[in-house]
Amino acid sequence: MATEFHNLQELRHSASLVNKVFVQRDYSEGTTCKFQTKFPSELESRVERTLFEETVKTLNNFYAEAEKIGAHSYLEACVACSTAYLIFLCMETRYEKVLKKIAKYIQEQNEKVYAPRGLLITDPIDRGMRVIEISIYEDRGSSGSSSASSSTSGSTAR
Amino acid sequence: MMKNCEYQQIDLEALSTPAPTPSPQPVTDNGKEEEKTAKKQRRKWEVFQGKNRFCCDGRIIMARQSGVLPLTLGLILLTSVLFFIFDCPFLVQHLTVCIPVIGGALFVFVVITLVQTSFSDPGILPRATPDEAADVEKQIDDAGNTTYRPPPRTREVLINQQAVKLKYCFTCKMFRPPRTSHCSLCDNCVERFDHHCPWVGNCVGKRNYRFFYTFIVSLSFLTAFIFGCVTTHLALRAQDGKGLVFALQESPGRYPFSQRLSSNSLNQHFIIIYIYILVICFFSVWSILGLSGFHTYLVASNLTTNEDIKGSWTGKSGAEAATNPYSHRNIFVNCCSVLCGPMPPSLIDRRGFLSAEEEAAAAAAPQATSREVELPVLASKKDINVGSKCVSEESPARPASRPRAPPTPPPADRRRGGGGERAGHNSAVNSDPARDRRPAGRGALRHTPAAAAAGDAHTHTHHNAKAQHKRTHRGARSALDGPGGTRAASPGVGRSSKDRRNAGSPPPLP
Repeated sequence: MATEFHNLQELRHSASLVNKVFVQRDYSEGTTCKFQTKFPSELESRVERTLFEETVKTLNNFYAEAEKIGAHSYLEACVACSTAYLIFLCMETRYEKVLKKIAKYIQEQNEKVYAPRGLLITDPIDRGMRVIEISIYEDRGSSGSSSASSSTSGSTAR
Repeated sequence: MMKNCEYQQIDLEALSTPAPTPSPQPVTDNGKEEEKTAKKQRRKWEVFQGKNRFCCDGRIIMARQSGVLPLTLGLILLTSVLFFIFDCPFLVQHLTVCIPVIGGALFVFVVITLVQTSFSDPGILPRATPDEAADVEKQIDDAGNTTYRPPPRTREVLINQQAVKLKYCFTCKMFRPPRTSHCSLCDNCVERFDHHCPWVGNCVGKRNYRFFYTFIVSLSFLTAFIFGCVTTHLALRAQDGKGLVFALQESPGRYPFSQRLSSNSLNQHFIIIYIYILVICFFSVWSILGLSGFHTYLVASNLTTNEDIKGSWTGKSGAEAATNPYSHRNIFVNCCSVLCGPMPPSLIDRRGFLSAEEEAAAAAAPQATSREVELPVLASKKDINVGSKCVSEESPARPASRPRAPPTPPPADRRRGGGGERAGHNSAVNSDPARDRRPAGRGALRHTPAAAAAGDAHTHTHHNAKAQHKRTHRGARSALDGPGGTRAASPGVGRSSKDRRNAGSPPPLP
């Protein structure tokens, strides 16, 4: 911990120093959306392993639920086909409903678990469902302001 | 130790996080003013980096080249309208009123699914953010590449116990997920890429495959139906008289839907229309039925056209025999998973609003970011395998991306400046497209002569016979910027040069 703080201290004087950790997709079961639950080493001093794993597992469960092929998806597909898929223009699909639940869950996790620890999780849908981006914020110490402006300095328009 | 009191709790309200919803979030400084003035706020489609066209404020997405979509639509409309005008009245009179009803339903179905295929997002993957790209670069560097001219980057994963190589996309700056391919015509990575279809003027991928399949199946029914009806019509007319030729010679001036028309008289002037409909439908039935049959086979085996052509899972490429890891080994389950699965969301969020940072970055970055010229170098034959097999427990540790001093530099500069020591490396890693064609591992590309492709006027690589499957991979010759090996992997590329040559090819579709 002290070492890490020292490393961050070196970069303190720079304008915006944010580290980002990317949790990649796990393709072992095919192309369904699933993220690796391996705990990134950069977060070892920031958050408990169990909390992180629980977050990722819950997200994986949400995605599995969204992509599940069962009676509901068959019904949705049949109805859609019979209307020449025009129903997609008016109706919110099951996937979209689950995505809203996911967004809500991520926000709740950020508020309760990650923000107090100086971390922020970005919804994977904003990154093309490829990664879970975890932004690591540095303690600004005496300045007292959060390094909020630096959080998305690296992102460009998609 | 975990509870580090030194870290301040982040005030989430003060952060500007990119949100999928268009509702503006509180951002710092001038971002707030910018969010409030709706006029200045741009949508994400306006800064989209692929070669796509957008209409209706981002609601409709198309490829930049619409291909022969107007022709497709025109032929369908023309043939169907002529059928309704010239055949239906007679058939309603002599047979049943169901004929125009069925024909009408099929026609509406065909047009709607065609429009949906053409104007929807096929499953485009947004390009990697600079942070993500830098993180990937770091992983690749850490994988121990010591050669001056590195080979194409790949990463091997195990999917259902089958080894699959993921290729790195130099344009989108990410490792492509499985079954994703980069379409050079649209300059996008598309998930579950099937092919780029010039007839619909769009890529066919994960999100619009079901529209495309429904389109070709209903089109085959429609053409078969029209063909059958016109044949019946002419047969009925010929029956009553002394034959069709006699019928032609009679009453040249009558209109087809006149009540006084005798059953065996046929206006000579309108015969050309019947011939047109018959010829169009005859050729269309065979070609579209063949196409539908082919795609039914693909759906039942859970394959894409891209994979079938490349012979990824059948060992045609000469690589070791591999089985399709995505197949459920059951035709019914495969069909359901391809056609009846949930509709995935669009990942490019084209109607979302740009945040302040994204606006700044987009304004600063040159528009031709994707078309930066990177010197192609001679690549050696081996792939560098980044990060071993990516099973969930075994993936290598990923270091955090290097922090950057300047807040919002343009992406190009950031890549060269921030990763300064890797600048030369970056330009060196992009392998020569032509070189990349050689099969470095699995996934062979067949280098059959281009002349064979020239004979096929229709430009669908999946059109009809299997002989067509072998013609696609001249595509690497097309001089577009982009990832090396992937260009050859997308059938659309072969099509791009074919399109230029076969601009006037006679289409079989009505």
